[in-house]
Amino acid sequence: MTEQPRLAERNAAVLLPEPFVKWFGQKGWSPRAHQLDLLAKAQSGQSALLIAPTGAGKTLAGFLPSLTELANRPKRKPGEARRGIHTLYISPLKALAVDIERNLGKPVEEIGLPVTIETRTGDTPSHKRQRQKLVPPDILLTTPEQLALLIASNDARRFFEELRYVVLDELHSLVTSKRGHLLALGLARLRAFVPGLQTIGLSATVAEPDELRRWLVSQASPGAMSEIIVVTGGAKPEISILDSEERVPWAGHSARYATPEIYREIKRHKTTLLFVNTRSQAELLFQELWRVNEDTLPIALHHGSLDVAQRRRVEKAMGENALRAIVATSTLDLGIDWGDVDLVVHVGAPKGASRLAQRIGRANHRMDEPSKAILIPANRFEVLECRAALDANYLGAQDTPPLVNGGLDVLAQHVLGCACGAPFHADTLFNEVRTAAPYASLDRQTFDRVIDFVATGGYALRNYERYARIRQTKEGLWRVSNPGVAQQYRLNVGTIIEVPALNVRYVHAGSRGAASRGGRVLGKIEEAFLETLVHGDTFMFAGKILRFEGIRENECFVSNAPGSDAKVPYYGGGKFPLSTYLAEQVRAMLDDPQRWKKLPEQVADWLRFQADKSVLPKRDDLLIETFPRGNRYYLVAYPFEGRLAHQTLGMLLTRRLDRAGAKPVGFVATDYALAIWSLADMGWMFRNRKPSLATLFDQDMLGDDLEAWFADSWLLKRTFRNCALISGLIEKRHPGKEKSGRQVTVSTDLIYDVLRSHEPDHILLQATRTDAATGLLDVSRLAEMLSRIRGRIVHKKLEQISPLAVPIMLEIGKMPVHGEADETLLMDAATLVEEAMGPEMTE
Amino acid sequence: MNFSLSRATLIAEADLVGIAGERAVCDRRGVLYFPDLRLLAVSDLHLEKGSSFARRGALIPPYDTGATLLRLQAVIADYQPRIVVSLGDSFHDGGGAQRMHQSFREQLEAMMAGRDWFWVAGNHDPEAPADLPGETVKELAVGSLLFRHEPSKTRVEGEIAGHLHPCARIVQRGRSVRRRCFAGDGGRMIMPAFGAYTGSLNVLDRAYAGLFRLETLVAYMLGAERIFAISGSMLRPG
Repeated sequence: MTEQPRLAERNAAVLLPEPFVKWFGQKGWSPRAHQLDLLAKAQSGQSALLIAPTGAGKTLAGFLPSLTELANRPKRKPGEARRGIHTLYISPLKALAVDIERNLGKPVEEIGLPVTIETRTGDTPSHKRQRQKLVPPDILLTTPEQLALLIASNDARRFFEELRYVVLDELHSLVTSKRGHLLALGLARLRAFVPGLQTIGLSATVAEPDELRRWLVSQASPGAMSEIIVVTGGAKPEISILDSEERVPWAGHSARYATPEIYREIKRHKTTLLFVNTRSQAELLFQELWRVNEDTLPIALHHGSLDVAQRRRVEKAMGENALRAIVATSTLDLGIDWGDVDLVVHVGAPKGASRLAQRIGRANHRMDEPSKAILIPANRFEVLECRAALDANYLGAQDTPPLVNGGLDVLAQHVLGCACGAPFHADTLFNEVRTAAPYASLDRQTFDRVIDFVATGGYALRNYERYARIRQTKEGLWRVSNPGVAQQYRLNVGTIIEVPALNVRYVHAGSRGAASRGGRVLGKIEEAFLETLVHGDTFMFAGKILRFEGIRENECFVSNAPGSDAKVPYYGGGKFPLSTYLAEQVRAMLDDPQRWKKLPEQVADWLRFQADKSVLPKRDDLLIETFPRGNRYYLVAYPFEGRLAHQTLGMLLTRRLDRAGAKPVGFVATDYALAIWSLADMGWMFRNRKPSLATLFDQDMLGDDLEAWFADSWLLKRTFRNCALISGLIEKRHPGKEKSGRQVTVSTDLIYDVLRSHEPDHILLQATRTDAATGLLDVSRLAEMLSRIRGRIVHKKLEQISPLAVPIMLEIGKMPVHGEADETLLMDAATLVEEAMGPEMTE
Repeated sequence: MNFSLSRATLIAEADLVGIAGERAVCDRRGVLYFPDLRLLAVSDLHLEKGSSFARRGALIPPYDTGATLLRLQAVIADYQPRIVVSLGDSFHDGGGAQRMHQSFREQLEAMMAGRDWFWVAGNHDPEAPADLPGETVKELAVGSLLFRHEPSKTRVEGEIAGHLHPCARIVQRGRSVRRRCFAGDGGRMIMPAFGAYTGSLNVLDRAYAGLFRLETLVAYMLGAERIFAISGSMLRPG
């Protein structure tokens, strides 16, 4: 063995209190180098980022500084004041906090430490929360939203005054979202309460660790970074792509063809974790597996829409190793450690190399044993994507998204939260906010506009002074106008926007819910989906086939409909676009016939056919095919830039094609390609440069065309809704407190229309545009693509559809078609009426 | 001025709808005009809904009253009606008229001048609006027509009502389109809400149960350029 373990032992003796050394000894373990390293840095007063693969003992490492300090703390004497929170642990998932309580409780008990550990989440009963305020635990395990709530209470400063450490788990996943922005602001507040506060970030491997290092410490001195410890290595995972005996479908996402093969693998392993990308895929796969489950193996389902009790049952069974397989979505993505999983099956393409690595880390939670995983591509393009992801994982490639500036809607929420806690001075708060990395470059003018927004809405028409939520005192302090404001704030805290959803409840078949209120709640389904159902329709949910009986108030009534065919529920969430890195890998693979040898024969054949009938795009080229079909002309482009960027591109191209007289009718976008169809022969138009493809794909489309389309897009309205909710402009819907009736709610779409026409520069519209450009529309990615392909567009004018075009052509009819004007549809419907009924009906 | 010319064009181009023997224009902007009576009906203006929300802590943009009045001004300028009937819920709450910004009040009074103006009492505004001209009525009968805010439970021929904020939804080629609409069956007509912040409720909702003869129900959906008359059998709930 090398020098390192012995060195570590010596260090351990210095750094670790006696009972810890003994405990490690009893377990037959020795503390790992990175655990001691982190402890040493913490003991010297520094904040640190620990980057380590799963199974490296990250959690224990993160808590060692707290536990050792707490162990050395003198006992509280009778009559001495109660101590405040010593360590705050924050994780993105409630379940993770609960899991840590269990995992941490064990060593604490075995070492015999006088340390109290408690969780505080949205599920914590209010009496327990109140008690925690009076008698705080030493270690509090919680979520970003709960931290925001604690900060907004008027005893926050006192509650946190003895805080020493904040441990941030799964930091890589927290920082990329608005929850991360809220958390960063919360941390800044905590640092203001306790100047010597230390942070410990735990993260999986990321592309830009320095971003996280800055995130962990005050940016009062710009660019300051925490210490960093990187644990490399770990056994390489064994990943394979399913080489199916069945035909891999051209399109679709179900991977139904592979069910018997998946089942065979489940039988061969102890516990299999099956990851899918969307909840509807999870439902479908679960049904399919049970269809072939001749041995009635215990196979369970886990996704975010299921009832909490149901999810907890599955989690418990998993911990007890009572399950053979679990079909799960991203709710199980993060570092939750349950049971002995010895196989991960990933159904559908992973969409990002980092995500794949994370999910595979779930198998065999010990760093020195290789994880085992099988990828199941759902269609042919996914075969390419899986292959690329697999190569990337071996290369240790990382494609986590870059961090963006903090949202102004989140800042507005935080400002109100601060006022709810204690009156603040704008200068002080501005300086404090800028110590949070996401807001380091915030300018004072914008900050003042945010305060104005929080106070009176920030409108040019100053009509709401008398309704101000916060007001400035004579001393210049901002304070809440009345206690009702704080109450309202508490109900609306957080940045997670849930789409309106209804409880799904069992009733007897045939009853519309009026007679029996009876059965159990299975979970929640988006209202938008339920709206498309009529009485008697069947759909899959919670692993069952259900019949829709009706809706009453905020409940949807269903009955069992075993054996029927189901209409699969559509879920808005859970679809990730293909990462830039992976897209590049896929393009590289298409360009290199040598690499096709690693592909399943049928897929390689498909590419050879394409080379024969059309052409395969070079790595940095953009291939565009045009061909007639039926009475339409098609344009298929293959940018491989992900669904969002393609959707935006489709919107912009159809506008331009329309101006050029091509009469475009509609388009569909997938992660890989974009298809537009029109009434005029686009192939002929491009060949005769009317317009040329270079002109059509010119970057100037991101100017006026984008601006014009932006104005009216439903995507922007959806983004606006999120900003309006997060910023506190309108209230979230609260189950139980919901009043029915349109008079009490006002649609954010209408607010958007009115605001846009009267005050287009309003700060909330500004926030909306920024969000949409970075998130929904992937404008920056589109911009990169357009500049990459300049002078590299390859046009293939074909007489018929090419092999590569088949998958996206099959999506037409299955996916919503964009571009066709609502007015045209109305016209068609009205015409139908005239045809059917004669003109007198419309008079 | 050529206002009469523009008025004639408007009516010639628009679809004329029969309601209990009276001819009316369902204007795509959401107002009903009876050329023979020179009467314009508009429903559910919900003026000052924004400030009503602000009063309770939701500081939504204060531009709704201005936006609504501007649109109302445009249709009044086009049709030059002799009588205007505002079918109730003209203000979002009883204090709305008082809260209204002075400039909006002046704008409103200017369009009321020189014509008969009736405020039909609604559930949001049962009392007469403070300090505004016009006559407040519970309901208003004109010829064979009866204007009231809430549709009556029993069938009344010639009833023009608001209150329900009707909208309709169709599905064509896998796409769904939802628009505000007039809902009528030849005997009764329920008008769409006109206010900038007013939501809408599908005509197939149970709140409409028993109001229409289903076999002759037509939803006149508001389009960008025109009205689209869609028969009840093509409508979808939700």
